[in-house]
Amino acid sequence: MILLSGLVENSIFNSLDALKDRDLELSRRVIADDERTDKKRFDIENVCFEMLRRESPMATDLRRIIAILLISSELERIGDYAKGIAKISLRMGSQPPLKDLVDIPRMAELAVGMLKRSLEAFLERDPATVLKLATSLSQEDDMVDELNERVRLDLLDLMKEDPGNIERGTYLLWAAHNIERIADRATNIAERALFQATGRVMELGGPTQALPKGA
Amino acid sequence: MVTTTIQTLSQEAKSDNILSFDPAEVVLEARALTVSYGSKVAIEGINFQVPRNKVVALIGPSGTGKSTLIRCFNRMNELIPGARVRGNVLFSGNDIYTPATDPTEVRFRIGMVFQRPNPFPKNIYENVAFGLRINGFKGDLDEVVEKSLIRAALWDEVKDRLKDSGLSLSGGQQQRLCLARALAVDPEVVLMDEPASSLDPISTARIEDLIGELSAQVTIVIVTHNMQQAARVADYAAVLMAGEERIGRLIEYGTNDQVFGAPKDPRTEAYVTGRIG
Repeated sequence: MILLSGLVENSIFNSLDALKDRDLELSRRVIADDERTDKKRFDIENVCFEMLRRESPMATDLRRIIAILLISSELERIGDYAKGIAKISLRMGSQPPLKDLVDIPRMAELAVGMLKRSLEAFLERDPATVLKLATSLSQEDDMVDELNERVRLDLLDLMKEDPGNIERGTYLLWAAHNIERIADRATNIAERALFQATGRVMELGGPTQALPKGA
Repeated sequence: MVTTTIQTLSQEAKSDNILSFDPAEVVLEARALTVSYGSKVAIEGINFQVPRNKVVALIGPSGTGKSTLIRCFNRMNELIPGARVRGNVLFSGNDIYTPATDPTEVRFRIGMVFQRPNPFPKNIYENVAFGLRINGFKGDLDEVVEKSLIRAALWDEVKDRLKDSGLSLSGGQQQRLCLARALAVDPEVVLMDEPASSLDPISTARIEDLIGELSAQVTIVIVTHNMQQAARVADYAAVLMAGEERIGRLIEYGTNDQVFGAPKDPRTEAYVTGRIG
C-alpha cells in the first residue's frame, strides 16, 4: 500500500510539473508509469482475496483487509487522474500556458497534502486521532472545491474574452477538475481509514462528526 | 524487604460490554449464575439475557463454560453428579430452579439438541411422537409429526418410510430428526450444543438454514466453536473467557456486527481473530 501510494504521489507531482514546464517527455513517462500503478493495485487485491479465502478474518483483521481493498482502488483512480493531467499536457503540446498557473498549483499542493494525511489516517489505529485527521481533510476538501470554482470562473472569463483561448481554457478546466477529484478521493480514503479504526461507515462532512459510542 | 503487590486484572466485564434488553423482550435470563462441579467452579457471576425469537451464540475457547451455561437453561446440569447451581435462571420471568418447578416440564418448553445426534432406538414416527405421547397429547398425532418433520426440513426425505428406524438415517438426517423431536412439543426455546460439529458441510449448511427459518417462531441459543458459523447464524453473540483459575465468565455480549466486526473487549478481539483459543 505504501509502495502504491508512493507511485501515485510521484505521478501527481510529475504530471503537474510537466503541465507547468511544458515537459512533454515527462508527461509521456507519467502515462507509461500508470501501468505499474494498475499492476500494484491488482497485486494488492489478489493478496487480499487470498487472505479472505484462507483465513476467514474477523474484527480488525477483516476491517483492515476491506479498507485496503477499497483504498487501493481509490489510489489507482488517483493515478488515473494524474495520467489524465499528463494527457492534457500532451494535447496542449508546445502551446504556451493560457495564464500563470497560480490557483491550479495551489489546489494541487492542498490535494497532495490531503492524500498524504489520508494515508497517515490509514496507518493510525487510534480512532480519535483518525477522526481528527479525517475531519481536517473534509475541511480542506471544501477549500479545494472553492479554488476549483475560482479557476473555473477565471478561465471562463478568459475564454469569453477571446475564443482563441477556448481550447487551452478547456484543457486547464479538465486539469483543475482532475485535481479536485484527487482531493475527493483523498477524503474517501480518510472515510475508509475511519471505518478501519471504528468499524462504522461514516460520511465526512456530515452535520456532526462524533465517534459512535464505544469506538 | 520490598513487598510487591501483584494486581490481578479483573475478569469482570464492563457493564457496557454486556447487552441488556427491554424486560418484555427477554425470554431467558441468568442472574448471578454460578455453577460448580464438586469443589471446582466452572462458571461464575453470569448475568445474561436472551431476547425472544432471536438466535444467540455462545462462543469462547474450550473449557470456558459454554456447555455448562447452556445446560443451566433447561436444568440439564442437575443430571450431572456433584453439579451445583447458584443464582437464578428465569424463563419468561419465572425462576426455573424453585422446588415447585417440574424439570421435565421445563425441558419440554426449553428443548435441546446435542452435539452427537441421539435419536431413540425407535422408528422415525415414534421418535417425533414420543414427547407428545408421554405428555398425554390427545390431538392429531399424525398432523403434529408431519408438521414437526416439515419444520425440521426432513419430511420430504422420510415421509414414505416413517416406520423405518431412526438409526437408519444419515448423521445429518438424525440430527434433523432430533430437532423435529424437540419441536414436536412446541417449545419456546431450543438450545443447541454444537449441533453441527459432527456433521458434513452440506448437513451443516442445512442445519444453519433451519436455524434461520426457525428463529421466527422459536428462540435459539447455540453453542459453537465455529466462529464463521456463529457469524452466519446468530443475531447476538456472548463471549465466555476463563482466566488462569479456569473459571468461565461472560466478558462481552453484543450484536453479531459488534462482536465479529468491532469487538469492545481486547480478549474478544484476540479470540475472534484467532490469536487465542
